[in-house]
Amino acid sequence: MRFDSLLDSLGHTPLVGLPRLSPSPDVRLWAKLEDRNPTGSVKDRPALWMIAQAEKDGLLAPGCTILEPTSGNTGISLAMAARLRGYRMVCVMPENTSEERRQILRMWGAEIIASPAAGGSNEAVRVAKGLAAEHPDWVMLYQYGNEANARAHYETTGPELLADLPSVTHFVAGLGTTGTLMGVGRYLRERVPDVKIVAAEPRYGELVYGLRNIDEGFVPELYDESVLTTRFSVGSADALRRTRELLDQEGIFAGLSTGGALHAALGMARKAVKAGERADIAFIVADGGWKYLSTGAYEGTLEEAESRLEGQLWA
Amino acid sequence: MAIEVRIPTILRTHTDGAKAVEGKGSTLDELFADLDTRHPGLRGKLVDGGRLRKFVNVYLNDEDVRFLDGLGTELADGDDVTILPAVAGG
Repeated sequence: MRFDSLLDSLGHTPLVGLPRLSPSPDVRLWAKLEDRNPTGSVKDRPALWMIAQAEKDGLLAPGCTILEPTSGNTGISLAMAARLRGYRMVCVMPENTSEERRQILRMWGAEIIASPAAGGSNEAVRVAKGLAAEHPDWVMLYQYGNEANARAHYETTGPELLADLPSVTHFVAGLGTTGTLMGVGRYLRERVPDVKIVAAEPRYGELVYGLRNIDEGFVPELYDESVLTTRFSVGSADALRRTRELLDQEGIFAGLSTGGALHAALGMARKAVKAGERADIAFIVADGGWKYLSTGAYEGTLEEAESRLEGQLWA
Repeated sequence: MAIEVRIPTILRTHTDGAKAVEGKGSTLDELFADLDTRHPGLRGKLVDGGRLRKFVNVYLNDEDVRFLDGLGTELADGDDVTILPAVAGG
């Protein structure tokens, strides 16, 4: 495959079967390898679409500053594109994120403003909104509420998936901004009767939920509950265990949020087997494991790895 | 019948700091009413006007109860209920 530039090579990722983890020939699991994107994560899709839309709307011109609250991957995608397009990139990132993410962001020239660990991404959003108010000339693309985020998946991820797997019965992905699930979910619902759209939401250690009061909670503006069939909370122990199973049994080296999605996918597979129904369950491999090596997730016992992840934003 | 309920840090002022409490009830609504008798004020933090509050997520055996029957979700002995504030990802 030949492309005019790296940005043009976005998407068209492989969908691979999981012959060992699938419970039977009638109930099959399929992994969409989104780590095969320009900067190595699914976030390249929304990031590049949000930039393209902002350029089209006349909000961005060379020399502009982009501001974004991000726990890592969206910032990395935006930083790469900003470098190529001549923008300055400022990321607000919780301090309890892996060192690799910081190094990669700096490598592409992004400036990082740390937000407090307690409160996780909620705090990053709050700090970024404050900065946006102080700097009205900065452009906050705001992945949580930018419709180009979900549209990127409606226009690209969804069609790719359905073309490769017309018999799809379930779609499973991690829930963060909700963009992947909203975009792919809507696309599939319009075309596949009774398709099940399943969210796997990471459940972190307590520190991340350390809000001052319950009204400080956050629900992304993009989120529309009616698109989902159901939503599971996946703790770090289950996410870790599944990440390692994917590595050991299928050879796929994925990040920890993928383990969360696989856990929910296997839960749906078990239900289908029990009900005697056929199923083709596709889930998203959001990124590779490279950025999480320093967390120790891939070494030692699961218990050791889990304790090392305590308090970390691992997805 | 006993159901274990995990309480987030932010609501432990109602449980004398306990991370988990036990309650009973055949539905989630009954469970919250039962908990409120021993942990006054807790129910009001979770429910408003007969519905779960916007920034409160409740999971029954890890599944979001909004996709089950909400407050009417039926419970069984040994079930595991987790309460968490809604937080951002991404």
